[in-house]
Amino acid sequence: MIYRKVLGSFVCLFVVAAFIWIIVGNRKVHYLPYYLPCPEIFSVKLQYTEAKLIQLFPQLFYQQPRVLDPKRQDVLTVTPWLAPIIWEGTFNSEILDSAYRPLNLTIGVTAFAVGKYTRFVGRFLESAEKHFMKGYRVNYYIFTDKPETIPHVQLQPGRRFVFVPIKKYPSWQEISMRRMEAINKHIAETSHQEVDYLFCLDSDMVFHNAWGPETLGDIVAAIHPGYFNVPRSQFPYERRSSSAAYIPDGEGDFYYGGAVFGGLVKKVYEFTKTCHMTILADKANGIMAAWQEESHLNRHFLSNKPTKVLSPEYLWDDRKPKPPVIHLIRFSTVDKNYKEIRD
Amino acid sequence: MGITKLHGLAIVLTAGITGAIWYHHPFSQASDQKPTASSEDVTNMNQSLCQLSSLLYPEPLLTKPRRRDVLVLTPWLAPIVWEGTFNRDILNAQYMQKNLVTGVVTFAVEKYVQFIKGFMSSANKYFLAGHQVNFYLFTDNPEQISHLQLAPENHLFVIPVQNHTRGQDISLRQMGIISTYIQSRFQYEVDYLYSIDIDVQLVEHVGVEIIDTLVGTISSWHYDTRRESKPYEPRAESRAAVPQGEGDFYYTASFYGGSVAEVYRLTRACFKGILEDRGNGIEARWHDESHLNKYLLEHKPTRLLSPEYCWDAELSRPRIIQGQQLTYLTAGWCFLPCKPWHNVLMKPFRRDNPSGH
Repeated sequence: MIYRKVLGSFVCLFVVAAFIWIIVGNRKVHYLPYYLPCPEIFSVKLQYTEAKLIQLFPQLFYQQPRVLDPKRQDVLTVTPWLAPIIWEGTFNSEILDSAYRPLNLTIGVTAFAVGKYTRFVGRFLESAEKHFMKGYRVNYYIFTDKPETIPHVQLQPGRRFVFVPIKKYPSWQEISMRRMEAINKHIAETSHQEVDYLFCLDSDMVFHNAWGPETLGDIVAAIHPGYFNVPRSQFPYERRSSSAAYIPDGEGDFYYGGAVFGGLVKKVYEFTKTCHMTILADKANGIMAAWQEESHLNRHFLSNKPTKVLSPEYLWDDRKPKPPVIHLIRFSTVDKNYKEIRD
Repeated sequence: MGITKLHGLAIVLTAGITGAIWYHHPFSQASDQKPTASSEDVTNMNQSLCQLSSLLYPEPLLTKPRRRDVLVLTPWLAPIVWEGTFNRDILNAQYMQKNLVTGVVTFAVEKYVQFIKGFMSSANKYFLAGHQVNFYLFTDNPEQISHLQLAPENHLFVIPVQNHTRGQDISLRQMGIISTYIQSRFQYEVDYLYSIDIDVQLVEHVGVEIIDTLVGTISSWHYDTRRESKPYEPRAESRAAVPQGEGDFYYTASFYGGSVAEVYRLTRACFKGILEDRGNGIEARWHDESHLNKYLLEHKPTRLLSPEYCWDAELSRPRIIQGQQLTYLTAGWCFLPCKPWHNVLMKPFRRDNPSGH
């Protein structure tokens, strides 16, 4: 009797064990961090049409470029990896417009307006309508937790406005860092089909002068206004080696600002994914980089150098006095009380 | 009842199965166990990027441009490559990440066969040293090519072409030949392709700074002239005509290239223009170079090489030329009968060419 019961139970045990083995035995073990919010974004493969190259420059009359006559002698206009640095005077808007307009591009802009930052969106959009990519189709993606607080702004034809609902995190650092994830997810779900180029801009800023197709490129980063004239030893890179955003002493090209970055939507998808993963790796180690996602962005752009760099004209801080090298301020911060709006 | 053999067997079996399951799927998560998926992925990414990020080089200073004396960026934001503007280590690291193969196409017909040895030995040494280069040598005299010692990563492919009576016909057919071969062969073998004249010798390293989608070299004879004086084709009947008041730079046909797709489009468009001109009984002033300049005016290059990259040794070197990567061979440079059309290219202000072509 007992013998039969024992045999029966062992057979059951064996069957269950075999069942488990067959189902999961061959799979590789995954240790996903418990807080990983949307693992599906890491396996999404997006289909893109290949970006069109500049094809035909129609007949245009403009001043002859002279080899012995550099337009800007006071600043570096090409990086050591031969990426252009965009300053006023280095480019001819007409030539660039003549090449880019016929391509029928749509440019996307993401801006985060969470918590008290919703008050800045109105001015941001109004100034963007006056200066940002005039003559092109633009989609504004406003990521917010309170869409009802965003004022209505009249848009030019060919430009539209989309609300993207996101969650409000308790601390401003968390909100800032989660931008990468939110942008990445949004590209995967929506914007990769809608836009060709995507710029990720801070919403607490205002356009003052033209921002045109000279900024379009595969991977575009902007130089932080506070550190463009300073040796790299003084850049506020993350200097703790336990962080994934660590940049050792003696390395580094420029200090890029986290308020402006962009490029081809495919490239933005890739590097926001990488940045988000390094941010999560830091979370797992219980460390937060010195300047949140800006540090991670700098780490990323050190190894994957941008193909176009925007001078501080494209990311200025109005509190700073205008130096002689800056001829034209195009995009700069709005004066605000940081303590008040951040919490 | 004591422990029988059956009990023993049962215990061993249970222990074995449980142990096997445990080994593959430990259910307890140790608190010090790091989540390996994300950090593993990050490590893998970091490893592949390690090469680039661990490079040490002096920092680029935004308010201290390296070259103040020359234009380093065109109005359409294409970099002009001058000595001092780039860091080859960074570019090499980026190039190697992408696993690219570059090809060089060159023609050695009739008396130009004498330049093969000089070109190949210098190109083997200085052209993209350390990276794989496929040399495609079109010649009418394949037997005459003596054994050439090449670096292990380089390959030489000798392709026979037919001889023609007029030396300059080959220059006009070059474009057609290149486009045909790109379609049939080169597109499968290389990512980037450059066409270089055979009668040049590389005297310094020409590296991956030249690699971009569409690359033209500014002619050393005309880098400083006004556009009215540039030797564009003026006659409106020619397909290579550049109207008055237009023109950026004068590019030399001795060194141009880019991605295989763009070079295909360039050579096909130029060859089409050449054939149409021939049908109308007209020949452009500087032959294929005129057509090249017309094409590059309308399809602006994404990168320009300074005159350092194709310097004519006859010209005295001005101070702006700090590097000198290519120079026309002066040794064995017999005059007009040897290279009628090339000599004319050297000194374009000599209109009447006694070689009579």
